[in-house]
Amino acid sequence: MNAELILFIVFALLALFASVMMVTRKNPVLSAVFLILNFFALAGLYLLLNAQFIAVVQIIVYAGAIMVLFLFVLMLLNQRSEEKILNGKKNLKIFAIIVSALVVFQLAYIIFYSKPSAGLAPELQKSVQAGTVEQIGHQLYTNYVLPFEAAGFLLLAATVGALILAKKKFE
Amino acid sequence: MNNIPIEYYLILSALMFAVGITGVLIRRNAIVVFMSIELMLNSANLSLVTFSSYLGNSIGQIFVFFVMTVAAAEAAVGLAIIIAIFRNKLNVNIDEINIFKW
Repeated sequence: MNAELILFIVFALLALFASVMMVTRKNPVLSAVFLILNFFALAGLYLLLNAQFIAVVQIIVYAGAIMVLFLFVLMLLNQRSEEKILNGKKNLKIFAIIVSALVVFQLAYIIFYSKPSAGLAPELQKSVQAGTVEQIGHQLYTNYVLPFEAAGFLLLAATVGALILAKKKFE
Repeated sequence: MNNIPIEYYLILSALMFAVGITGVLIRRNAIVVFMSIELMLNSANLSLVTFSSYLGNSIGQIFVFFVMTVAAAEAAVGLAIIIAIFRNKLNVNIDEINIFKW
C-alpha cells in the first residue's frame, strides 16, 4: 500500500461520491457545488497521472469559468428546489437503471477482456515529459496549430451565438 | 509511479459515465441535465488522460484540451438557450418543453 495508491483511492472515492451527490440533490445549487468538488477530485487524479497542464486547466477552466457560468444562470433563474428527484414516472427510473447498468457492464467487459495493461510498459520518464506545459505547448503550436486556430474560431462563434440567443427580442 | 493498474482509472471513468447517464435520464431540471453532460465529458477526459500518461504520449492530453474548449463553447450556448426558454415558459422542466414534439 504505497502513497500513490492511497491518493488514488481518496480522489476516486471523492469523485464518485461527488458525482452521485450531484445527481441526487434536489437543490440545483448544491448539485453545482458537488460538481465543482468532482472537478477538483479529477484535477487531483490528473496530477497523479503526471498531467500537470491538464490539471491546472481543469481547475481554471472547468471549476473556475464554466461552473461560475452555471451558478450565475442558476442565480438568475432563481428556481425553487424540486420536491422529488423523480417526479412520477416510475418507468423512467427503471429504464435509467437498466441503461446505466448496461453501459457499466459493457465498458467493464471491454476493459477486462482487452487487458489494456498487458501491452503497456509504463515509464516514469516518458509519462512525466508527456504532461509538461512545454511539451503540450510545443505540440499545440507546431503539429496542432490548425485545430488550435479552429478552436479559437469556435469560441468566437459561441460568444456571438450566446449573445444573440440571450438578447431580449429577435428582430 | 504508475504502480496503479490502468484498469482502475478506466473503471472509475466508466462508473462516472454511468452516473452521468443516470442523471441525464432521471433529472427533469434542464440545468442539472446539462451538468450531467459535463460529468460525462469529464469521465471521457479522464480515460484520455489515463491512456496518454500510460503510453507516454502527449496527444491524448492535447485532445483533452480541445474537449475542454468545446465544452466551454457548449456551456455558453446551452445556458443561453436555457435562459431564452426560461424567458418564454418561466420554467426549465424538460417535460414541459415540448414545442418540437407532435
